[in-house]
Amino acid sequence: MLYSEKVMDHFRNPRNVGEIADADGVGEVGNAKCGDIMKMYLKIEDGVIVDVKFETFGCGSAIATSSMATELIKGKRVEEALSLTNQAVVEALDGLPAHKIHCSVLAEEAVRAAIKDYYDKNGIAYEPEQLCGGDCACCHEHDHQE
Amino acid sequence: MIYADNAATTKTCAAARQAMLDGMERFWGNPSSLHSPGQQAREALQAARESVAKAIGAQPGEIYFTSGGSEADNQAIASAARIGARKGKKHLITTAIEHHAVLHTMDQMSKEGFDVTLLPVDASGIVKVEDVAANLREDTALVSVMYANNEIGTIQPVAEIGALCRERGVPFHTDAVQAAGHLPIDVTAQNIDMLSLSGHKFHGPRGVGALYARRGTPLLTLIHGGAQERGFRAGTENLPAILGMAAALDDAVAHMAENDAYVASLRDALIEKLSAIPHSALNGDRERRLPGNVSFCFEGIEGESLLLLLDDKGVAASSGSACTSGSLDPSHVLLAIGRPHEVAHGSLRLSLDRDNTMEEVEAIAKATAEVVAYLRDMSPVWKALQRGERSYVIQ
Repeated sequence: MLYSEKVMDHFRNPRNVGEIADADGVGEVGNAKCGDIMKMYLKIEDGVIVDVKFETFGCGSAIATSSMATELIKGKRVEEALSLTNQAVVEALDGLPAHKIHCSVLAEEAVRAAIKDYYDKNGIAYEPEQLCGGDCACCHEHDHQE
Repeated sequence: MIYADNAATTKTCAAARQAMLDGMERFWGNPSSLHSPGQQAREALQAARESVAKAIGAQPGEIYFTSGGSEADNQAIASAARIGARKGKKHLITTAIEHHAVLHTMDQMSKEGFDVTLLPVDASGIVKVEDVAANLREDTALVSVMYANNEIGTIQPVAEIGALCRERGVPFHTDAVQAAGHLPIDVTAQNIDMLSLSGHKFHGPRGVGALYARRGTPLLTLIHGGAQERGFRAGTENLPAILGMAAALDDAVAHMAENDAYVASLRDALIEKLSAIPHSALNGDRERRLPGNVSFCFEGIEGESLLLLLDDKGVAASSGSACTSGSLDPSHVLLAIGRPHEVAHGSLRLSLDRDNTMEEVEAIAKATAEVVAYLRDMSPVWKALQRGERSYVIQ
């Protein structure tokens, strides 16, 4: 099997799918040309992520990593969520095939992009390099011609 | 499980299995041995060669058994190129939609100093004969155009290209891996100089194929050693596989007309049902396509997740999405027919066969519609399309 049982579980039964209409932070990363886009919605109260939802266009591991990332940050403080690494997502899923690791990078970046949006909306200062919300996850591996 | 991935491989048929058992139980001798068991094996090998030759309108002495379609493609291209180079011919022509067995061999020839022309195809996935004609040069050593495409099923104008190449004196090879056993082939009438086929695409075993090379078409040896295959392919013959392939091809050719009519009726019904899914598009020409090929793009979703969920619903299919290929780019064939990357990622190939039924077609269509709707419901791309923030590529 290409994927671990945990990946297949999160792919088949993704947690926290959907959108939050009055989200405090929304982040979208990826590129449709590369085949995956993740959109993360955060509801934040008193610095705590009280709700999180995601929408993903992508392969099985893109959906599974999005789902796992939401599980890992739900109920956490924003600063804790910021320290989420793609490696933590991979480990929580019992591993990913080598060519799917970029999906976990995308999940990490989706969380950061949503937090950046929350910081921007609320005038909270941060180190810019800490919060690149770009879509470099898929495109730093190769360049597409427009 | 509904198996709809017959372009990837087919289930071996009863005739092939019986022939393979005979190859192990009765014809276990080495065809190169002079004793009786060896000679019996030799006779069985010769009968298989005659049978494969007859299926494509060739002579037995023009058939070379190989390990499969890829080896046959490699040998055909490398032979024509390297022999052509001896006469200063350093130009090769092929198409942008070939199988990687052809494209990557062409890449290798390119590294060896050959000039390779990749012909484009039109939006329906068919190469223009005029484009072949316009690109022929004095130093063209080979034209290689596939008989039918493995992803989108389009049937290429092989006879017209063959006639053109014959007139201009340029060797013509066709990768007929998807066509053999499914479409009529007559190498003489179609002016084909070299042709590749693969056993497991027509209910024979895998690991075996054949290269047809017209008498007088020079070949080079890729696998050196003994004098098997008249010195052009060393190694003790894989007799069970060769017998299985010959039996399967014989069976497929004998029932081709009825099989094709039946499978095409399933294909047409499935195309009609899938076309009802909004913002979906058939890939490849509607008419000039393999009887069993159904290839679609669905906007707003990605192919690998579609495949995995179809598998959960009991449908085995394939996709040209980047994620299923292990690379980051979607299928070169879908890009060649003009599908943008984001749409090519959402492709689905269903390849039907004589074993499928109309009930299965209905189940496939139902499952596909459900999975597409489910994935679109969680896709930010689909949501953006619906809100008008992105423009639909497929209307």
